[in-house]
Amino acid sequence: MIKLGATASSLAITLFGLVVVTFFIGRVIPIDPVIAILGDHARPELVDRLRAELALDQPLTTQFWLYLGKLVQGDLGRSVMTSNPVLDDIRLYFPATVELGTTAMILSTLIGVPLGVISAVRRNSRIDQVARVVSLFGHSLPIPVLGLVSLLLFYAWLGWSPGTGRLGVAYVGLIPAVTGFLTVDALIAGDLEVFWDALAHLILPAAVLAYFSMAYISRMTRAFMIEALSGEYVITARAKGLSAARVIWRHAFGNIAVRLVTVLALTYAGLLEGAVVTEMIFSWPGIGQYLTVSLMNADMNAVIGATLVVGSVYMVMNMLADIVYRVLDPRV
Amino acid sequence: MLTRRTLLTLTAASPILGSAAFLSSPARAATPKGVIVMAKQIDDLVSGFDPAEAYDITNLEVVPNLYRGLVMPDAADNTKVVGDLAKSWTVSPDGTTFTFKLKTDIKFASGKAVTAEDAAFSFRRAVKLNKLPAFILTQFGFAKDNVETLITAPDNETLVMKLPAPVAPTFLLFCLTAPVGGVVEKATALAHEVDGDMGNGWLKLHSAGAGGYQMVEWVASDHLTLDANPHHGTPNQPRRIFMRHVPDPSAQLLMLQKGDADIARNLTPDLLKKVREDKSMTIVSAGQAVSVYIAMNQAVPALQKVEVRQALKWAIDYDGIATNITPNMFSVAQGFLPPGLPGGLTDRLFKKDVAKAKQLLAAAGYPDGFDVTLEVPSSAPYADIGQAVQADLAAVGIRVKLVTGEMRQVMTKTRQRSHELALMPWGTDYFDPYSNSQTFCENPNDGDDTKLKTMAWRSHYVDKELNDMSVAASKELDTDKRMAMYRDMQLKFADRAPFVMMLQKIASAVMAKGVSGFTIGPQTGFTQYADIRKA
Repeated sequence: MIKLGATASSLAITLFGLVVVTFFIGRVIPIDPVIAILGDHARPELVDRLRAELALDQPLTTQFWLYLGKLVQGDLGRSVMTSNPVLDDIRLYFPATVELGTTAMILSTLIGVPLGVISAVRRNSRIDQVARVVSLFGHSLPIPVLGLVSLLLFYAWLGWSPGTGRLGVAYVGLIPAVTGFLTVDALIAGDLEVFWDALAHLILPAAVLAYFSMAYISRMTRAFMIEALSGEYVITARAKGLSAARVIWRHAFGNIAVRLVTVLALTYAGLLEGAVVTEMIFSWPGIGQYLTVSLMNADMNAVIGATLVVGSVYMVMNMLADIVYRVLDPRV
Repeated sequence: MLTRRTLLTLTAASPILGSAAFLSSPARAATPKGVIVMAKQIDDLVSGFDPAEAYDITNLEVVPNLYRGLVMPDAADNTKVVGDLAKSWTVSPDGTTFTFKLKTDIKFASGKAVTAEDAAFSFRRAVKLNKLPAFILTQFGFAKDNVETLITAPDNETLVMKLPAPVAPTFLLFCLTAPVGGVVEKATALAHEVDGDMGNGWLKLHSAGAGGYQMVEWVASDHLTLDANPHHGTPNQPRRIFMRHVPDPSAQLLMLQKGDADIARNLTPDLLKKVREDKSMTIVSAGQAVSVYIAMNQAVPALQKVEVRQALKWAIDYDGIATNITPNMFSVAQGFLPPGLPGGLTDRLFKKDVAKAKQLLAAAGYPDGFDVTLEVPSSAPYADIGQAVQADLAAVGIRVKLVTGEMRQVMTKTRQRSHELALMPWGTDYFDPYSNSQTFCENPNDGDDTKLKTMAWRSHYVDKELNDMSVAASKELDTDKRMAMYRDMQLKFADRAPFVMMLQKIASAVMAKGVSGFTIGPQTGFTQYADIRKA
């Protein structure tokens, strides 16, 4: 119980720190937020009016307490870019990122972990070489190139994948938004046609993202496994005459699971932060694109709001990893 | 907004993809019949779709498709306006009273007829809301407390505008072609009024106009859907316009080739070059009223010398920049009124002449040149133009230190008047010469307390003769005389003003095979989606 309380308070402190840093960075950048909103053509009287409306004419500390006061009431302010409350925007864009990131995470874990294990077990075999080349590519290819080339190959040439966006033109707006995950919403609405279209749009960008995380996951798994397989307990297990599969999966893999969970959790958190470039190439309206466009527009309410979401995601993932440790490792 | 895109190095990959895309011969899967799918960067939409507030790039094009104004620019002759909702108008000889007679057969999307009261309400509403574009109307003297009496509708077909002071008739008429002159259905706007906002909150995301289309849905950074106004009366107009936010130009071209888009709006010059080789697609382009210029702050002693200012103008290789850096994107334009705008200057006044520039510098007392900083937006193509200018000026002995920053950062700096040289784009506010002549020539009070912070003010440029000429031209009742005044002003301006007018923006769009009727003009209002056809 004490531990939980401590976790909660450290979470609150970290979030507060995040708000402070983001808020003050937003105020010291050499861009006048009023001009960012109104553009170069605004007349002085309008500029003054908006400056007062946004309380930008107040001292910095006053501005901060005003913002904080609203924040604790759950009011993140309004985005000037979309003219919606920031919270509504996050509700709209974050599910798109979660849907994409989760799909990518599932793909990369399902492929990356077994690939890493096999590479480690069959070290320096042909399959290991292939796996290493594949993951090296994943690490070194810039994502714009991979994204554009995959779009060219699977969309333009082979026609296996639909184009960019989350849905085909004909399906936009057909099903009510419940969760914000289009595939889930389509199933809730019982509309299989929309479901398949949403899924088809999801696969290519998810695969591009997954390739990168898969490369990382498989390399880490391989390294952990090689170390584990040379452990004395593994030799003991082998000497006892246990089957190869049991030695690998139960004894060696069981021991690396805790470390692997950290890798997976942070990879997942990274994916949920929104992959700006992938989102751009695939016209995916996710949180990464939202954050970047807001930043470019000096739309600070939106930036702080989205940063808080990303920060919270990291913290929640860390906490989840902590909990999983306890399940996997009785000593913790 | 190009910063982000370049930042992401997407453009680096574009040429590869562009060339590769043409190796394929993809089968065109058609977009739904009757639906026009447009691939466009639409993350600029900040101010929504209320005609009294819209002031970005995309919504200034969309709003004239949702609303109609009293008059519109004549597509055949840019220097004239023709009636839209108005069938005729008269101007009192003293230039203060404008009486419009409205057509009676035009209907809003709701099916109700457009009345003069709707028009009067719309103008009063824009003045009272006093949002960003309101100055286009309030510069004629309309204000919150007088607009009720100055703009009236004595009957359903007649609208009377009384101006506190006489103006050039063309000036007012051109200003009424701006999106802020769009006529809103009074009953609908008021039905959605919240806290006296005259429906402003609601109209940001909905529409109540007589234009070819009505708003269905806008999801920021994702898509915009417009449906045909059933009462518009254009036969065979597309039933739906679906604009998808596609940030990457290469992806836009792919969509076009695969038949997932009918029109692509943001192809880069290298992609356009490829498209040109493909005969099945159609490129439309037009010069726009967006200028690229270099401002010389008069607070810098060296730049106060008129010979130095002339030297800069003779040092720059305009054609080199236009052909090598901005082909199909910007062309050379050296007046403060770019071609296409009424009064636009097509003359070539300057070309690169190193000897002449050096001679002018020597005459100014700077035979060895001087050091100066140039603020440049970091986005494409400005950063490259900045480097070219740096090299050109180095050749005559002016040592330029480039200071690149985000567009808004440069904007902030020039508005604080803390720049030395600054390279910036400027888009005209409305389709009349006065917009640019005012901003570049007028600076009646150079102090920090002024109400009029023009481009001239930002560079401490005080020129009484040009200032007075600009004011006089806005009041000239004779149109021909008025246009001659702008020509005269531009020649004087070119000779001595601390602005190097360099380039004019060219907008291009590409239509897929079988698509026709999409047009671009010097002003966004020229683009009418109802004219698009698909085979």
